[in-house]
Amino acid sequence: MAKAFLSGNDAFAEGVRLARPQVISIYPITPQTTVVERISEMVEDSSLKSELIHVESEHSALSCAIGASAMGARTFTATSSQGLLYMAECLQYASGGRFPIVMMNANRSTALPWNIYGDQRDSLSQLDCGWIQVYVEDAQESLDMALQGYHIAENPLVSTPVMVNLDGFVLTHTYETVEIPSQTDADRFLPPFQTENKMSLDNPKNLAFSVGPDNNMEFKYIQHKAMLDSRRVIEETDAKFAEIFGRSYGGLTQGYRIDDADYILITLGSITGLCREVVDELRERGEKVGLLKLRFIRPFPSDDLVAALESAKAIGVLEKDISFGYEGTVYTNVNSVIAKNGLCLETYNFIAGLGGRDISRENITAIFRHLQTGGQHVNFIGLGVTIDE
Amino acid sequence: MIEIRWHGRGGQGAFTAAKILGAASLIDNKFSLAFPSFGPERRGAPIQAFNKIDGKAIIDRSEIKSCDYLIFLDDTLFSDDYLKDLKDDGIALINTATPDKFSNFSQIQTIDANQIALKIIKKPISNTAMLGALACISDDISLSSLQQASDLYLSASQAAKNKLILKESFEHFKEVH
Repeated sequence: MAKAFLSGNDAFAEGVRLARPQVISIYPITPQTTVVERISEMVEDSSLKSELIHVESEHSALSCAIGASAMGARTFTATSSQGLLYMAECLQYASGGRFPIVMMNANRSTALPWNIYGDQRDSLSQLDCGWIQVYVEDAQESLDMALQGYHIAENPLVSTPVMVNLDGFVLTHTYETVEIPSQTDADRFLPPFQTENKMSLDNPKNLAFSVGPDNNMEFKYIQHKAMLDSRRVIEETDAKFAEIFGRSYGGLTQGYRIDDADYILITLGSITGLCREVVDELRERGEKVGLLKLRFIRPFPSDDLVAALESAKAIGVLEKDISFGYEGTVYTNVNSVIAKNGLCLETYNFIAGLGGRDISRENITAIFRHLQTGGQHVNFIGLGVTIDE
Repeated sequence: MIEIRWHGRGGQGAFTAAKILGAASLIDNKFSLAFPSFGPERRGAPIQAFNKIDGKAIIDRSEIKSCDYLIFLDDTLFSDDYLKDLKDDGIALINTATPDKFSNFSQIQTIDANQIALKIIKKPISNTAMLGALACISDDISLSSLQQASDLYLSASQAAKNKLILKESFEHFKEVH
């Protein structure tokens, strides 16, 4: 295992190299561009043997990946923001066709006003597109989830595409120390892609077909069931990864000092680290606070959430997202599981970091204060105003 | 934690310097983050780059507000206002051919980094000369690790010349201060 000083995008590219995808379709968009640049260099210098196709749009990038996956090839593509939205039509073709593509999304704000900085509105707006969605915290987790992504997606019980989300710039363009696994260990973890769901002259079949009202709902039920089943596969994948590489991320969620916590903050992605530091500071003062990192949001980790939150007095959801006219989407999802399971606790939503605004240590400390004292339910951090539902 | 902000213009190598410094910290068994000012980049336009260096893994990815070192690759980018972004014992290091302009401020140290760069690479690209001076000022940053890290982000011929710049700048700064 070698140590290197890499950006999140570079680290993800290393993970892609180790996963040996056979077809890669690329179209650049900030802040994703450097990952496909790095992969292009790898193909050029033959450290990655793959068919690299530079297409003319994001719609084509995902269409190309779907076509290659339908031939039984392991495929990769990457996008961000408006690019993800431009491929929205194809997202559902990929998931409905059960093509286990892995795609990196550099989380970036959506227009208008136009902005290239990070927030999570792009991917969270696509929660219902049938893709597994994971959010990573640092460059190491980026690399590791490139590998794990294929292991989860290609499991025959799952056969569903995986979107790995990196916070734009804060992760994609920040350099830090990363351990790069050996190809031998990567191969031991991730065997070559085998599937029955492909076009074959030996075993001809119809793919990507029409289904009318008589059977269409059955297909959707099966797709939903596969996504639910992926929860077990995600946990098994994490365990196998830990066995080979010595790193575990805890599966769908990762708790931090939650066992006796009265107040728990739920986070996604790169802000989690700073929140951990604030938890430590408050714990030193004897305050019973904790943190739950939501790694996967589809499939939704309902059981993990119930187990983690059931003894808490109040919880908060910190997200770089707003569903206009209601509240943060992650908050809506969390509230649903709390209501269904009859948990008796207060919940608060903290909308922060939209369009790349910095989230400070003071902001996080104030959020925990809000959990303890109560107040408005939906809060915009760093804006000086609140709008409650 | 040591927090550093680089001020330069697009093309002057501020972010490359931050990456070399980050990689040098890894060689010294420390942890570091190196990141550019986020957003669009244009040649010649003012840009910033950042380092955080610590003995343990750095998980706080928020903006740097208070710096141990402010480094200006171009003295036209300096303004007195920036000095309030320094920690109490922080230092602003400025690349300038006219040090007298800055002699009123106790927190400022200067070096004519362009002159060193011009002598060795025939171009006024001052980033590695500023790193050499920084290694002289700070006990936490070693010249040999910076030289080793130069190989990672510069071509072989550029790395060789920039290692000379690092050494010359380090020694020059030591002599003068």
